[in-house]
Amino acid sequence: MLEPVRITPPLTGEAVSGLRAGMRVLISGKLLTARDAAHKKMVALLEKGEELPVSLTDQIIYYVGPSPAPPGRVIGACGPTTSGRMDVYTPALLAQGLRGMIGKGFRSPEVLQALQAHHAVYFGAVGGAGALLSKCVQSARVVAYPELGPEAVYELTVSDFPAVVINDIYGGDLYRDGRRQYAVHK
Amino acid sequence: MRTLDCQIVTEVTSRLCREANFVLEPDVISALGKARDDEISTTGKDILEKLHENAAIAARDRIPICQDTGIAVVFVEVGQELRLTGGSLEEAITAGVRDGYARGFLRKSVVGDPLVRKNTGDNTPPVIHWRLVPGDRLKISVLPKGAGSENMSALKMLKPAEGLEGAKQFILDTVSAAGPNPCPPLVVGVGIGGTMEKAALLAKEALLRPVGAKNPDPELAALEDALVASINQLGIGPMGLGGRVTALAVHVLVFPTHIASLPVAVNLNCHAVRHKTAVL
Repeated sequence: MLEPVRITPPLTGEAVSGLRAGMRVLISGKLLTARDAAHKKMVALLEKGEELPVSLTDQIIYYVGPSPAPPGRVIGACGPTTSGRMDVYTPALLAQGLRGMIGKGFRSPEVLQALQAHHAVYFGAVGGAGALLSKCVQSARVVAYPELGPEAVYELTVSDFPAVVINDIYGGDLYRDGRRQYAVHK
Repeated sequence: MRTLDCQIVTEVTSRLCREANFVLEPDVISALGKARDDEISTTGKDILEKLHENAAIAARDRIPICQDTGIAVVFVEVGQELRLTGGSLEEAITAGVRDGYARGFLRKSVVGDPLVRKNTGDNTPPVIHWRLVPGDRLKISVLPKGAGSENMSALKMLKPAEGLEGAKQFILDTVSAAGPNPCPPLVVGVGIGGTMEKAALLAKEALLRPVGAKNPDPELAALEDALVASINQLGIGPMGLGGRVTALAVHVLVFPTHIASLPVAVNLNCHAVRHKTAVL
């Protein structure tokens, strides 16, 4: 197995062009978090022609709703949530320069097309590894929508956060190709 | 007549909620170990290794296995010769869930009205399934159920003519359509027979059986083996990244049904199948 590729956001178009479906990555630096509620608010602002509360240019959004941080800890368990719930909002954010997303599960055909059109990638993190992934988070601070509680937009500082490229800018799709590779046809 | 104070029920339910979210059952750990040995995809092996590491960190540092600490599904068996004192049993269990999710720093993932969608703030109410049984004991099983796998579950009212083959195809189709979303490798709970709601309840109950334990009915045991083999040929693999271990186990429960019915329910569970049981 190839060594993981190291990634440090902001993620440029050039960095993204080197990523292919199936590559393992280790991300160090800043990630933004957002789930359904924050996506809805951001897209509503864009529809009114207003500015987003945080710049998404060359940023990576991690789809996560952490469990509460116990005293003395930066964050609780923080594995990926199902990305498909964000699909309806995603193309609008990609048009704003969003360069990457981390989550788990299928994306819609519209999102896959938008990834190619806007040169962005979709990463998968290990679902249900919330305790392990919490160890990669060094700090967490709210940067938008504090009223949403665990669904607020956080800026996480992460170190060696492990993920896999699911969808690249060339139409590569690990969910499709990985399954084809290992399926047994009768 | 034996008596039991509801305060004890609250304390035990609270503990079960926390333990289920922090500590994987030994049968699940060993099933994940076997999966790691069996998986031929290196990416899949790497994922299974990370899940092992995750379980160790969660138990050691008391961090939830997964941030989706679930809606609490509680199976309760009440011995008919047991007298409960000091309040309502349902309220005692609900109070236990409230306390466990607060004290364990577990995520509060329950919204009140499903259409208005305002968080209840304390992860209540739980979904409680009751059964009255002989004896003077109280058995409580807490199964925190995350939405990732619950949302990919399905139920179908088959025509009796579709029979066993129809049921197998529906189970396979459900797992296939779910792909990476329910966090495979899965434990697949299947309920066949009864009525619509009975089949769904059987499918959920089937998730409580220890992973790797054989179905006592030899024909159902053979069906389960055949289903595991077919599912693992789909190629979905750990986290859907491709591989040969898509299901850790399939657990089937059956119940008599109407001459004109063949309900089949498939309740998917992620690799953690979190649950804890206590007998009081």
